Amino acid sequence: MSVQELEKIFLNKIEQEVKIEPKDWMPDAYRKTLIRQISQHAHSEIVGMLPEGNWISRAPSLKRKAILLAKVQDEAGHGLYLYSAAETLGTTREQTILDLHSGKAKYSSIFNYPTLTWGDIGAIGWLVDGAAILNQVMLCRTSYGPYARAMVRICKEESFHQRQGFDILMALSKGSPEQREMCQDAINRWWWPSLMMFGPHDGESTHSEQSTLWKIKRMSNDELRQKFVDMIAEQVKVLNMTLPDDKLKWNETTKHYDFGEINWTEFWNVVKGNGPCNKQRLDARRKAWDEGAWVREAASAHAAKRKMREEKKIA
Amino acid sequence: MNETLYNYTLHLADNALILAQRNSEWCGHGPVLEQDIAITNISLDLIGQARSLYQYAAELSNNIFSSTTGARTATEDTLAYLREGRAYKNCLLVEQPNGDWAQTILRQFFFSTCQFFLYQRLQRSADSTLAAIAEKSLKEVTYHVRWSSEWVIRLGDGTEESRNRLLNALDDLWPFTGEMFTPAGYETDAVNLGFGVDVKAIKPLWEQRVNEIFAEATLSSPITGSEGVWMQSGGKEGVHTEQLGFILAEMQSMQRTFPGCEW
Repeated sequence: MSVQELEKIFLNKIEQEVKIEPKDWMPDAYRKTLIRQISQHAHSEIVGMLPEGNWISRAPSLKRKAILLAKVQDEAGHGLYLYSAAETLGTTREQTILDLHSGKAKYSSIFNYPTLTWGDIGAIGWLVDGAAILNQVMLCRTSYGPYARAMVRICKEESFHQRQGFDILMALSKGSPEQREMCQDAINRWWWPSLMMFGPHDGESTHSEQSTLWKIKRMSNDELRQKFVDMIAEQVKVLNMTLPDDKLKWNETTKHYDFGEINWTEFWNVVKGNGPCNKQRLDARRKAWDEGAWVREAASAHAAKRKMREEKKIA
Repeated sequence: MNETLYNYTLHLADNALILAQRNSEWCGHGPVLEQDIAITNISLDLIGQARSLYQYAAELSNNIFSSTTGARTATEDTLAYLREGRAYKNCLLVEQPNGDWAQTILRQFFFSTCQFFLYQRLQRSADSTLAAIAEKSLKEVTYHVRWSSEWVIRLGDGTEESRNRLLNALDDLWPFTGEMFTPAGYETDAVNLGFGVDVKAIKPLWEQRVNEIFAEATLSSPITGSEGVWMQSGGKEGVHTEQLGFILAEMQSMQRTFPGCEW
């Protein structure tokens, strides 16, 4: 079959909402786009463990400690599903990880911001996971089968994460003056970076158009961002807190909230590596990988010895 | 009886919490993603055990103390977050630093193996709450023993480097193993009162298991090789290594900075 014919079948499947599976023919560019996006997503889960992990040892109650630990562990699990989904496209986990360490692969910039107080753990759950969920719910319908299925599992756990974040802030908002201040301060610092998570405006997003045609992406950056603002602008009232945007206002005509402009200079700077924690996060990942090398070698050396002994036994 | 039961319960809880706190330091920094998840899982199991035990200790404490002295009501969190190091009754072994993966694995193997035999017997405790907690925890601990045993074998029978690292860990940790089998006053009393486990009696079982796993790891027995090694002690009675102060300073910082808050 000619490439043109194969491509026709492929596009027809996309058109008919039939999932593309690992053994199906797919255009190289589709494969590359998916590898880039899925591995970036996997890295975000893994690097995302660091800012929250920063508060495990200091969680203010045993219950909160257990919940936070379980949550960060879930993220490791999500990383695993996603690395596996990327492997179905012909890459290896090791290569994917090395690309992260060399700076070739990116991860979500949000994790380059520091967690300074316990309030930040609440704000991350509520805002960062909240923003991630909107994106991930959309990805449950993405055209590549293994990615879509990984997303279904991930989404179930993410909604629990968002609730636990909101619950942390709820407790703070009902607490002492210092706790309320901690709550507002965390919201102030995490609000704008959360809006940046949806990426550049639709007109400036490089991969968006093709990804939409291939149904990898099913809603635009600005659409998702608006949905997020509409949702959070209501939820923040329950906390009796405010969002740090004086342009935020309900618009009767559009039936959406209007909101102020994102600081795109900051956005691009953090993407380029100048965020407050870019270096720290990558260093931590590289350190864990390098210091774990002898452990991985020992495990495979032992597995090889064991296999040899078993073969001898059979022979 | 109640004060013995209270101290005994706290001792079990402190062991679980401090090791959970140590293991949780690995979260996000493990050598392989699957093992990052596994060690975090063990940490979570131990926090769960600690919480059940602290909740019970709090109940006992409120019955013993508050009615007479009007002291503040104890909760799992006041016990974990507002006691000083000298009041902590965990074994010295669990507060030792994570070190490298070999150190963490060996610490877990030594502790979980002891905890396994202890909980197995505690299931028959005259105190029904302790018996129930032991029964519930035993499934988890069985997995901790299996997981850490497999790793001791992998490291011992892996590469030269992994073997050397495991032997270094053994040198560091061995002097802290004796304490697990030397009863503190409240443990002896607890045995006499029928709800505690005789730790001296589980020592041979522990040694046998250690020998088996070390043999499988192609290492010589640490027991026969260590006659005359001085065993450290004191943790169970609140005299710790310098490690514990820092663990508590970090863990308790929020409760100490913002007293009396709900989180």
